[in-house]
Amino acid sequence: MTERTPSRGWRAALSSAADWIEKPIEALIRACGWSSIVLVAAIFCFVFWYAAPLLPHIDWFGTDGFFTSTHWHAKEREGATYGVLAMIVGNFAVALVAMVIAIPCGLAAAVYISEFAGPRSKEWFKVGIEILAAIPSIVWGFIAITMIGPLLIKYAGATMGTNLLNGGIVLGLMSIPLIVSLAEDSLRAVPDSFREAAMALGANRWEIVYRVLFPAARSGLLAACMLGVGRAIGETMAVLLATGNKNQIPTSLTDPITTLTATIASEMGDAEAGSPHSQSLFTIGLLLLVITCAINLTANLVIRGNKRASSN
Amino acid sequence: MQDGVSIDIRDYSLWYGKFQALLGVSAQIKRGIITSLIGPSGCGKTTLLRSFNRINERYGNVTTQGHITILGKNILDSDVSVAALRKRVGMVFQRPNPLPISIYENVVFGMKSHLPQAERPRAVLDQAVESALREVSLWDALKDGLDRRATELTLEQQQKLCIARLLPLKPDIILMDEPCSALDASGIERIEELITELKRTFTIVMVTHNMAQARRASDECIFMLMGEIIEHTPTLDMFMNPQNSKTAAYIEGRYG
Ligand SMILES: Nc1ncnc2c1ncn2[C@@H]1O[C@H](COP(=O)(O)OP(=O)(O)OP(=O)(O)O)[C@@H](O)[C@H]1O
Ligand SMILES: [Mg+2]
Repeated sequence: MTERTPSRGWRAALSSAADWIEKPIEALIRACGWSSIVLVAAIFCFVFWYAAPLLPHIDWFGTDGFFTSTHWHAKEREGATYGVLAMIVGNFAVALVAMVIAIPCGLAAAVYISEFAGPRSKEWFKVGIEILAAIPSIVWGFIAITMIGPLLIKYAGATMGTNLLNGGIVLGLMSIPLIVSLAEDSLRAVPDSFREAAMALGANRWEIVYRVLFPAARSGLLAACMLGVGRAIGETMAVLLATGNKNQIPTSLTDPITTLTATIASEMGDAEAGSPHSQSLFTIGLLLLVITCAINLTANLVIRGNKRASSN
Repeated sequence: MQDGVSIDIRDYSLWYGKFQALLGVSAQIKRGIITSLIGPSGCGKTTLLRSFNRINERYGNVTTQGHITILGKNILDSDVSVAALRKRVGMVFQRPNPLPISIYENVVFGMKSHLPQAERPRAVLDQAVESALREVSLWDALKDGLDRRATELTLEQQQKLCIARLLPLKPDIILMDEPCSALDASGIERIEELITELKRTFTIVMVTHNMAQARRASDECIFMLMGEIIEHTPTLDMFMNPQNSKTAAYIEGRYG
């Protein structure tokens, strides 16, 4: 820009001064944005690095294969086998039970809080949900052992109190606050004009919920459920305590099971650094990372697909 | 109640918490014509209009007193079914608010609420959709995309759809709160034409800020000020020969 008049020059000077301040800030913000991606990549590399030496020696799909057998004898010096099938099945089974409990309860609670509760009780419910979310996972483990376990022995005919059902209940309870708060956010984001439109047509409150709010908030509700699943799959401490930690494929709800996460947590302490045992645990970690990333990516795609469908 | 009166309001007061928004108003709104509610901002037009289908009640702090008789029944009585009331008294809002579902589902939304499953087979619904959309002259434009989302339409189409979705319920009264305020000039013109068209079948009560619109489109006008009805006369009389000095002042633009 040429400086023809003094006032022009002034403005140019001012705007370049603004540039001096803005540019670094912009760069910083951009760096923060990128750092999340870099961090994910770094975690992948890190886990991969510690698992890598063992990977060429693992039998993936054989009779003692990683994905195809339940033979987990990772500690043996000779003839170790690394079958994690039971843990994968256990992980998904316990997450499934958890979601069967958490999704209906979570959505119902979210609907109640956002549409039916009065303004005063709404606040109380929210505080309650936040406290529930803040309970440490190990405390949930205690609850599983001391309260839920005995109840299952008494009423569900379980021989062991810690089992698949117990883990599912605890994980469900733990996922509910997350689902409730995300679902409640997305219900609250539905414009009031939609509610009034339906009301003016004579719809009652229930019809408004399932014929207006659910379609309108669909992607947000879906995201809430997906993130609930993610939480249930990644959770460790409570599951370790609640499921009985037994390496077997469950045939009933009251069978003790184990999961990928619980196995890592319970064996990492004994595994010598750099040993094949430790490397095998990192291999499980790698698998977990892939699974959770896949769930989050699908959730994102589903939500984006929905957004696109609704915006054009 | 004399014949030809559609909405009979007697000493009707409404409070939002401690604030009294309507101060014992009375009026008889005639059947089969368009009545405009005019007055400066905050005078209670919307509040009065939203009393006729009791949608005001969704704010928990509303209390009322007096009578509003529609079709021979005081709608403020506690035994009145609001769902049935809202079937007879439809409402069009200031901002077009089609539901975020398909065009088809928007039009049949009311039917699905009010009729049992057996009385609304697919053919009946299809027929209702077609005649409702024809009535608002949207059918030709939309007939090939009835499963598109209603929120994707232009604002003018959305507002027409919001009118169309009332029609399958065969209401007696249609309430409109500044139905054109979100539209451009040509949209306003076409909605006004449509409203005039609808007058043959329905009683219409319309809130408007636009003097010219009130004059063009309505048969009678109710002028409100600070929660009271100041004057209720045929539109021409109100604009040519206002009885009250406050009405005159408002019409001449002294209240804004
Ligand atoms: N939900 C509410 N809670 C409390 N006060 C309200 C509420 N709605 C409206 N009011 C008050 O009641 C009075 C009348 O409001 P109303 O919306 O009926 O006016 P209006 O004539 O429609 O105004 P406008 O032309 O701006 O739409 C105003 O003073 C307003 O502040
Ligand atoms: Mg208003």
